[in-house]
Amino acid sequence: MTLGLINANPIVHAKKERVARCEDPHCDDAVDPLDIYDFVRDIRDPEHPYSLEQLSVLSEESITVDDKLGRILITFTPTIQHCSMATVIGLCLRVKLQECFPPHYKVDIKVSPGSHADEEAVNKQLNDKERVAAALENPNLRQLVDECLYSNEL
Amino acid sequence: MDFDDEGSNFELKEIQTLSGHTDRVWSLAWNPATGTDDAQPVIASCSGDKTVRIWERSALTRSWDCKAVLEETHTRTVRSCTWSPSGKLLATASFDATTAIWENVGGDFQCVSTLEGHENEVKSVSWNASESLLATCSRDKTVWIWEVMPGNEFECASVLQGHTQDVKMIKWHPTMDILFSCSYDNTIKVWAEDDTGDWHCIQTIGESSNGHSSTVWAISFNAGGDKMVTCSDDLTLKVWEADIEGMRSGNNQVLWKHLSTLSGYHDRTIFSVHWSREGIIASGAADDAIRFFVESKDSVVDGPSYRLLLKKEKAHDMDVNVVQWSPGQENRVMASASDDGTIKIWELATSSN
Repeated sequence: MTLGLINANPIVHAKKERVARCEDPHCDDAVDPLDIYDFVRDIRDPEHPYSLEQLSVLSEESITVDDKLGRILITFTPTIQHCSMATVIGLCLRVKLQECFPPHYKVDIKVSPGSHADEEAVNKQLNDKERVAAALENPNLRQLVDECLYSNEL
Repeated sequence: MDFDDEGSNFELKEIQTLSGHTDRVWSLAWNPATGTDDAQPVIASCSGDKTVRIWERSALTRSWDCKAVLEETHTRTVRSCTWSPSGKLLATASFDATTAIWENVGGDFQCVSTLEGHENEVKSVSWNASESLLATCSRDKTVWIWEVMPGNEFECASVLQGHTQDVKMIKWHPTMDILFSCSYDNTIKVWAEDDTGDWHCIQTIGESSNGHSSTVWAISFNAGGDKMVTCSDDLTLKVWEADIEGMRSGNNQVLWKHLSTLSGYHDRTIFSVHWSREGIIASGAADDAIRFFVESKDSVVDGPSYRLLLKKEKAHDMDVNVVQWSPGQENRVMASASDDGTIKIWELATSSN
């Protein structure tokens, strides 16, 4: 782990205004991208006291859902090409989604095309279930993930 | 056995669901010395809950019960388990970087040895046919070969380097002391001992030899030991064959050649594959389904091809991590385990029209 921040001067954006969600019980039960986005937009970046939304790492367009098949695809954009926090962000997304969605949803997490120098290698790691499980058993890594997910600083 | 009989419909009947693990079940193994007239079938399973469970079917009720929970030994996920060929010892591989050896002492399973050495998670463990050697593999990219000594002592005989990434599984050939490994580096490697007792990689099966294009998760041999099937994150199963007579005569130059690729049947990672003694290939995948393939007699033009015999959708509620045919007397009995925390016992049955 390097001591200095990977990206010391990230570009911070304003949070998108939240649209009031439908409270009507007859609302469509299907999961749509905004449902998922609401769960992940406030995840804190591992290095900066800002959310993934504020840093434009994630947007509503990052998410595609096939509700019938039960598949979710999230692509995220690390703030810089050589971001070594990419795998941590990917882990945070996976843990958050595991907590919020029924287990039968299959989730694929990738960096958006062209956004990272080791795109293929990062994507492979993020979608290897065994590697993810082992990483989350590492107490230091788990702590970092928990801080990103449960931080109350926003 | 001819599976092309048009009058036969196959179905996968669920016999029982075994619950108890409190996290995903990664793997299971049938005790090879059980499933006979004198010994009721026994299964060992291992889990993310850090325990190993021993299950036995009651002779009286024909129902499976959990006989033992092996806990407080591994400190992290137990990733795989395998019985020695005699059924007397159980080896368990863990993310805690150790491999534990257990012995059944009067109904009580005791850890009689702990193998240390790998730098990080141990993924798989395998006994050779004569029970003289044990092999383990790890995310540290190495494969270790251990000699089994008297008094449950294990001595490291060799540390095999060559894979460039995480080694997912190792498997000894069913009859010969030739070791096979498959990896996150997308290759399969074959290892054998030379005249001076040194172990070398005698073949690497990569993409250029019609190999897989992503992580290879598992290897399984047919009954004759002249064919093997591998499964991968690239969504295919690949069948390989070798000249068995050549191998038996000690020729280490014998190469495994690609025979067939089964593609278009799976749309998510295939974690497990197991070849039954009758020639039925079972696969377990991340789409929660179990599939069965057999050799098709239709085309013998470029060599045998394989066809889908049956697909069991929603075999489990989550990813299927392992499928294993029973070695016992009963035919076509199989066990599977899943991220949903359960183990299921199945029977592949026919209903002729």
